[in-house]
Amino acid sequence: MRRFILPVYVITLRDLKKFFRQKSRLIGMIARPLTWLFIIGTGLNQIIKGNLGVNYIQFILPGILGMTILFSAIFSSISIVWDREFGFMKEILVTPISRFSIAFGKMVSGTLMSTIQGLIIMAAAPFIGIRFTMAEVLLLVLFIMIVSMCISAIGVFIASLIKSFESFNIIMNFIVMPMFFLSGAMYPINILPKAMRYFMYLNPLTYGIDSFKHIMFVDFANFHSDISMLHDIVLMLSFTLGSIILAALAFNRQQKE
Amino acid sequence: MNAIEVKELHKTYDGVPAVDGISFEVGYGELFGFLGPNGAGKTTTINILCTLLKPASGQACVAGLDVNKEPDKVRKNIGLVFQETTLDNELTTFENLLFHAYLYGLARSKAIERIDELLSMIGLQNKKHEIVKHLSGGMKRRLEVIRGLLHRPRVLFLDEPTIGLDPQTRAGVWNFIKDMKQKEGTTIFVTTHYMEEAADFDKIAIIDHGKIIAIGNPQKLIHEMSKAIITFSTDDDITARQLLSHGMVSLGGKKYQIKTEKPDNFIKQMFGLPGLKIDEFKINQPELEELYISLTGTEIRDEHIEHTVFKKRHKT
Repeated sequence: MRRFILPVYVITLRDLKKFFRQKSRLIGMIARPLTWLFIIGTGLNQIIKGNLGVNYIQFILPGILGMTILFSAIFSSISIVWDREFGFMKEILVTPISRFSIAFGKMVSGTLMSTIQGLIIMAAAPFIGIRFTMAEVLLLVLFIMIVSMCISAIGVFIASLIKSFESFNIIMNFIVMPMFFLSGAMYPINILPKAMRYFMYLNPLTYGIDSFKHIMFVDFANFHSDISMLHDIVLMLSFTLGSIILAALAFNRQQKE
Repeated sequence: MNAIEVKELHKTYDGVPAVDGISFEVGYGELFGFLGPNGAGKTTTINILCTLLKPASGQACVAGLDVNKEPDKVRKNIGLVFQETTLDNELTTFENLLFHAYLYGLARSKAIERIDELLSMIGLQNKKHEIVKHLSGGMKRRLEVIRGLLHRPRVLFLDEPTIGLDPQTRAGVWNFIKDMKQKEGTTIFVTTHYMEEAADFDKIAIIDHGKIIAIGNPQKLIHEMSKAIITFSTDDDITARQLLSHGMVSLGGKKYQIKTEKPDNFIKQMFGLPGLKIDEFKINQPELEELYISLTGTEIRDEHIEHTVFKKRHKT
């Protein structure tokens, strides 16, 4: 057991150290969601007078939280490609630790970093009229962690498949951005045409963001979510487990001849 | 039992053999040099021995362990210094070393003790908490060598350890490697294409086109496989005739030359002749470099083959 836990701890520790050392990355990761929330949210709040049950700036907070997790978890996992290009991955691969503990370590560090950033974004909630009880905060942390783990695993899976950093733009444009826009982050799922809705139902982030909505808007009687909480939990956990397995297999496979 | 035993090792890429049935042994405590042009199969061999690559066929044992059957155990017993830098530039010297020690299962207190011991050996104690990207190329290299030795491996592999370093730094890195070998008794397996570096190794193998074309002690190889060049200068016609009759060739002017495998015998023989008038006398014992060129030819190899091999590894 120690043989598995220790490498996971070491890989996580390394990523966290680097994360807190890169001040610009830290600032960017916090500034982006706050820009979305307060600038785009405030602007669109004037135009959108739909039947949401909450005002628009409140409506997008769970979505912005999802976006924060999405970006930070993908970035964290993609560092595998970076490590590979700079040779550091080779150094890790010749140590006697198992391949799975390397992959899992990357997922854990992605989860922790995303959770930390998610929590920083949550501090904005009281400023836009959303208040939590302690129990809600704890529940939210739990769900943030599950969603972060799922996205980190997807990131490790992608990082294992792509060969170089040049593919990064393709990943951003064809996976990350569609995942964000087709997740119910910016608008309710049910206003979209049926064809697009299918994509949303295939997107794990949809269930993650929906679960955030359930927890955050529990006090807003007029708010109705698109999916039931039970569905969110079951599907989110299934996606997470599936992604971890796929990521581990893909990571293991890339290193073998 | 030897530190490394390789039998009939094969590896091909897209039908092109990179390693074509090589066999060799390296004894414990030896400094072994694996020499050859770019694309000759050096890196492929090292990657197989380090369990990063699976051989197509053949057997390879490191520290008595089969690389195919017990790769995890092999990894525990080897240290590796790669051609390219594999340090984490964003972390400090100490963090890089501690990270490595943890991955090999060293306890924190033991690891710190060992790190301090090795850092003082290479005189980098004062850079312990420096971020690695601020270190010079030579410092980084030395740091990588001690990182490879941190977990006290039986065999240390160094893939082109002095590539891209200036001559002073290169000499420094070599002194340090030999010093470490002495102190730690580690078996050292080095690939290089700087021949002069390999002249005082315990054993070398020259590989080309995936095959070993010479193996043994470098000084012995030079004596056995290459010819010394002896040059005499003389004004005297009788002496000149004598020289020519013993197989020397005129180089024009007053110079006469012969290439021979047994320079000692030839000289004894010549100086046994009566009435010889020699103005000047020169003997050129060939260097390893000349032997190497004579064995591998002078055509220029590009990095192409080895490079595609490396890219392939990412793909699969």
